[in-house]
Amino acid sequence: MSTASAVIAEPVKAEKTAPDYDLARVRADFPILSREVNGHPLVYLDNAASTQKPRAVLDAIASCYNESYANVERGVHTLSQRATELREEARETVRRFLNAPSAQEIVFVRGTTEAINLVAASWGRKNVGPGDEILITGLEHHSNIVPWQMLCEATGAVLRAAPLDDRGEIILEELERLLSPRTRLVAVAHVSNSLGTVCPVHEITRLAHAHGALVLIDGAQGVPHCTVDVQAIGCDFYAFSGHKVYGPSGIGALWGRAELLAAMPPWQGGGGMVGVVTLEKTTYAEPPHRFEAGTPFIEGAMGLAAALDYITALGLPAIAAWEQTLLASATERLAEVPGLRFVGTAPHKAAVLSFVLDRIHPHDVGTILDRRGIAVRAGHHCAQPVMQRFGVPATTRASFGLYNQLAEVDALVDGLLYVREIFG
Amino acid sequence: MPAERDELRDLYQEVILDHNRHPRNFRALPGANRAAVGHNPLCGDRVQVFLQVADDRIQGISFEGSGCAISTASASLMTEALKGKTVAEANELFAGFHELVTKGPSSTGEAGDAVPLGKLAVLAGVREFPIRVKCATLAWHTLAAALEQKDHPVSTE
Repeated sequence: MSTASAVIAEPVKAEKTAPDYDLARVRADFPILSREVNGHPLVYLDNAASTQKPRAVLDAIASCYNESYANVERGVHTLSQRATELREEARETVRRFLNAPSAQEIVFVRGTTEAINLVAASWGRKNVGPGDEILITGLEHHSNIVPWQMLCEATGAVLRAAPLDDRGEIILEELERLLSPRTRLVAVAHVSNSLGTVCPVHEITRLAHAHGALVLIDGAQGVPHCTVDVQAIGCDFYAFSGHKVYGPSGIGALWGRAELLAAMPPWQGGGGMVGVVTLEKTTYAEPPHRFEAGTPFIEGAMGLAAALDYITALGLPAIAAWEQTLLASATERLAEVPGLRFVGTAPHKAAVLSFVLDRIHPHDVGTILDRRGIAVRAGHHCAQPVMQRFGVPATTRASFGLYNQLAEVDALVDGLLYVREIFG
Repeated sequence: MPAERDELRDLYQEVILDHNRHPRNFRALPGANRAAVGHNPLCGDRVQVFLQVADDRIQGISFEGSGCAISTASASLMTEALKGKTVAEANELFAGFHELVTKGPSSTGEAGDAVPLGKLAVLAGVREFPIRVKCATLAWHTLAAALEQKDHPVSTE
C-alpha cells in the first residue's frame, strides 16, 4: 500500500495556510469564482463532480474558433492542417501528462465513461468469453461497473467485485483471492469519487499481472489530485475526463498500450477511422484514429491541453499538497459539527469528504447550503454500491480543488451549523 | 440574509420538520390490497405506499421508505389527508397539490376553493426550489400508481 502514497502528497499539518502558488492570483484565473450565488460569494466545493475552468482554457477554445478552426485530418487547406496540428499537439500534451510512451497510444474520447465503454466494447468483445471473469471493486463509479455488466451479459462472462473495509479501502487480500486464471481484466478507480480513497493501483496492477489479467484504471478522480505515470503504475489502460481536471466537458482520453490498441477492432464506424473504403469492404486506420470515428471535439482537445498545461505549470505536487491541507482542515473542522459522521476514512485520501448528518437527509443539507452560495453534492454520487456498503441512502460530499481556500472550509462548517439550527 | 432565512423557513416549516421527525402512518399496512414503490433515481429516495381500498374509498393508507425531509413530510401529510377519501377525491387532491408545488398558491387561490388542500399547503414553499418538487411529489406519484394498480415500481423521472 505504500506505493499508493508515492503518487500523492503525504498528509500535511493543517498549520499550512497557503499553497506554494499565489492563491489569489490563481483564483483570479477562474472567472466564475468571482460571481455570487444566491447573494453570497460562490463557495464551490463540488470539484469531484466537475471543476471550473481557468481563463487559459476559455482562451484556447476561443482561439481555436477565432484563428485555427476547420475540420481535422481531412483538408489540404491551411486551416485544416493547422487545426489538425494543434489537435495532435494536444495529444502529445496528454501523453506527457500521463508519461505514456507514445502519443499514438492516446485516444481522444468524450470522457472516462466513453473510454471505459470503448475498452469494454472493443477489447472486451474480442477477448472475453463465457466463463471469463472481470474483476472490479466495491468503490467503483457506475461508469466502471455498468459497461462491464453489459459486457458480461453479452459474452457470458462473470463480474466480480473486491469488497471494501469499513474505512472505504479495497481489501487487497480479498481482491487477490478473487483473481483467478479466468480473470481477464481488473478495472479499478485510481481515486474513489464518493469516498476519496486513493487506491493502491501499483500493487493492484502487480497482483493482476501476476495472475495474467490486464488492468484498466479509471483515472477520472486521479488526474486532478495525483501525478500520474502510467509506466510507473504498469497498467494497461488509463482513462480520464477533461472536465474533472479544469478542462472542457465532453473531452477526455484513453491511454492504452500500443500492442493492445493495435489488436483491438474499431468500436464505432465512420469517417476518420478508415484506411480504404469500398462498398464491399473497409480497412481500418491505425490507432488512435481507428477509435475516433466522426468529426471530433476539436476545440475540446485544445482546451484540454491548455488545462493540463495550466496545472502542470502550477505543479501537481503543490496542488496535491494544498489539497491535503484543505482536507486536513476540513476533516478536523467538520468533526466539530454535532451528529456528523464521515463515510470514507481511508488514511490515504484525496480532498473528498463524504458525510452524513444524524437525522438530516443530504438533500436538505444541499438545499440549505446552496442558499448560502455553497455548492456541494448530495446524493449517491453515481456509486450506489458504495452507499449500500455503508448503509446510507446518500451522503453530502464536499470536494476541494486547487483554488479552494481555508475560509471556504469555515463557510462550510458555518453552513452545516445553520442546517442543524434549522432542523432543531 | 433575511430573504435566505425566509425562503428556507417557508420550505422547512415547523409542520414539515415535525412530520419528518415523526412521520404519521409510517409502517406497512396489514390488509393492504394495493401498493406501489416509487423511486427517484436522481437521489436514490424510495417510498412505498400501501392502500386498503374498498367501495372506491381509501379505508387505510400508510407508507415506508427513506428520503429527505420534504419527501418524508409530504408522504406523511398525504396519508393524513387521504384517509377516508374516495379515489376521485384523492386524484383531485393530487392535482391541486401538484399545482400548489409547481405554480404556487397564487394559482390555487381560486382553485383552492374547489380543492381545499388544508395542511398540505405547508409545502407551498417548495415552488421556490424547483429541484425539490420531485421530492414533494414522489409519494403522490406512487399513490397514483398504487391506485392504478401498476405492477412495476414507478419513477418520478
